[in-house]
Amino acid sequence: MTDIFWIIPFIPGLSSLILLVFGTKLSKKWISVQACTAVFASFAVSVISFIGLRQIPHEAYPLIKNLYPWIQSGGFKAGLSFQFDPLTAVMALVVTGVGFLIHVYSVGYMAEDKSYARFFQNLNLFTFAMLILVMGSNMVLMFVGWEGVGLCSYLLIGFWFEKHSAASAGKKAFIVNRIGDAGFILGILFVFIYVGSTEFTAINEAIGGGQITQGVATLIALLLFVGATGKSAQIPLYVWLPDAMEGPTPVSALIHAATMVTAGVYMVARMNLLYSLSGTAGNVVAIVGAVTAFYAATMALTQNDIKRVLAYSTISQLGYMFMGCGVGAYAAGIFHLYTHAFFKSLLFLAAGSVMHALSGELNMQKMGGLKKYLPRTFPTFLIGAIAISGVPFLSGFFSKDAILTSAYASGNYLVWALGITTAILTAFYMFRLIFLTFFGKERLAPEVKKHLHESPPVMTFPLQALAFFSIIAGYAGLPMVFGKNLNWFGQFLAPVIHVHHETQLSLNTEWILILFSVAVALLGIYLAYIFYIKKPQTPHNLVSRFPSLYRLLFNKYYVDEIYEATIVQPLVKGSELVYNNFDLKVIDGAANGSAKAIGFFGKLLSYFQTGLIKDYALIFLLGVILLLGYLLF
Amino acid sequence: MIPTSFFTSLSAILFVLGGFAFFVKRDLITQFLSIEVMLSAANLAFIAFAKSASSLDGQIIVFFIITVAAAEAAVGLAIILLVYRQKKTIKSEDMNLMKG
Repeated sequence: MTDIFWIIPFIPGLSSLILLVFGTKLSKKWISVQACTAVFASFAVSVISFIGLRQIPHEAYPLIKNLYPWIQSGGFKAGLSFQFDPLTAVMALVVTGVGFLIHVYSVGYMAEDKSYARFFQNLNLFTFAMLILVMGSNMVLMFVGWEGVGLCSYLLIGFWFEKHSAASAGKKAFIVNRIGDAGFILGILFVFIYVGSTEFTAINEAIGGGQITQGVATLIALLLFVGATGKSAQIPLYVWLPDAMEGPTPVSALIHAATMVTAGVYMVARMNLLYSLSGTAGNVVAIVGAVTAFYAATMALTQNDIKRVLAYSTISQLGYMFMGCGVGAYAAGIFHLYTHAFFKSLLFLAAGSVMHALSGELNMQKMGGLKKYLPRTFPTFLIGAIAISGVPFLSGFFSKDAILTSAYASGNYLVWALGITTAILTAFYMFRLIFLTFFGKERLAPEVKKHLHESPPVMTFPLQALAFFSIIAGYAGLPMVFGKNLNWFGQFLAPVIHVHHETQLSLNTEWILILFSVAVALLGIYLAYIFYIKKPQTPHNLVSRFPSLYRLLFNKYYVDEIYEATIVQPLVKGSELVYNNFDLKVIDGAANGSAKAIGFFGKLLSYFQTGLIKDYALIFLLGVILLLGYLLF
Repeated sequence: MIPTSFFTSLSAILFVLGGFAFFVKRDLITQFLSIEVMLSAANLAFIAFAKSASSLDGQIIVFFIITVAAAEAAVGLAIILLVYRQKKTIKSEDMNLMKG
């Protein structure tokens, strides 16, 4: 039963193809059933393969299935071949499991949309591409998935392309990702040059066999990480993710929170030997992750758009994952990826449910007091917020704690300090969101209030399912303090994560760290409570005391403006310059000039074309005479 | 026996006459006739040389030329007729549609 894993990506792929061809002819009901069933079937096969994987010995990892020798050119080989090992299993289960719930939710959320078939076609295509990404057994196939998810992201951000902001947000995401992908391709090329193959098994063997020097490893790892910063929205390429919220909410949940943006983390974990061999690259990853986590969290503090808060929160949490991978705790990074998928997609879907109830209102300043109107959405939202804040015994607590503990244990105290500070901010902005949305005075527009309604069960069921997982998912990886060998998740991933950092903390230190992070989370929540419930005038007082700081945060550090001024505008201006001077004058000049020259000679010759038969005969005669003269004399 | 040069001289005279008529005359039928004259001049030259070289090749070519001339007459006259229907004239100066 273990060798059927290769069909996992093809089920949604096939469904997407059917929807692409026949989408407009099928009924909405059929489309929803087909799209959801496909992803669920994929999930079922993933579960079967996962169970099969647990029954075979570790030495047999990874399972590889070669379907087709795709590219063969000289020494370069890349096959359509899939692999299945614990890391892939975790990713496939998250993608298909969370993906299925989000598909179900979309049935309700998109019910009124006129491009229903296109939406599910793209969503299925995304699932297909993401599964190719996590299951491909070589970097080339991984890159195919990598680009595939980028394409789907572009299509789905710009899903409502009639809206200018959505179309340009899609474009922005696509272009920013291209910058990262350039680095990624270079990384793949260097891997091929130094290893001679892009198969992951071959790469790991080459590193194990000492074929790659530390310098080369650093080069490759950093180039690949450039790709990861694009896809996973890290500094400096994070700018596309907040704008990506223009897409439909299920898309934000699936692509821009739970799965696609974690591709970079997956890639770093997949190449863990490489990053560990090059200590520098690992440190860069950790520092970029930590700084991004902190930086994005500060921006989330002042946003009023409910989805943008969540977007910055996603960037921040992705920073945590990189932080974990960077300090060598790859399993912890992946663990956070897995728990984050549940609670962040829960938060997004719940936010979508709030928007749905409020006829599309996004501004939190115009919400408030929704607790009693949304009896099913509110508790799930609250669970998501508690989980992400790191309150004990929910999933976010365990995974975040695993990362912070590892960061402390690895001796990167700066990274750890940034992580802890971010934890306060996370708890604060999440509960700011909760308090502004569900508590306090109602600030709804009267129009909106008339249509206020709880979402249908097809939307609230996925919320409840995700809330359930947000609570229990963390118990797969309990920290040391609760007993030895309870970190089942880490043990499961151990055959893939070849690196184990040796520094073990004493139980006491670990207890202190855990209590400290709990205290920090509670402090954040308490601050939010003071700010937004107890003394609602506090934020205003703070703003008037530190107006420039507030403006800096509110305008997101002016990074978009800086990029606009330093990169976009010079490019646009330069292109215009080149267009006006080189393209129009030199290239068009050459092309038009040659046409003009030929026209000129044609005009000259046309004087001989009098149309009179006699002239032709005369010329003919002259020719004959000349020829005769030449032959005779 | 009449020397070959007599025949070729006659042929040359006929040819020049035909060419001269072609350039001087303006209506298509006359020009057409002058072409026939030139063709006949060529035929005469072929036969004369065939006779003097006592070879049949020249005579065979003449048959071909006569066939071509007949075909040409059929097509050419038909064209002239159609041109006349269209333009109510057979003056060759009036036919300058192909002017560049």
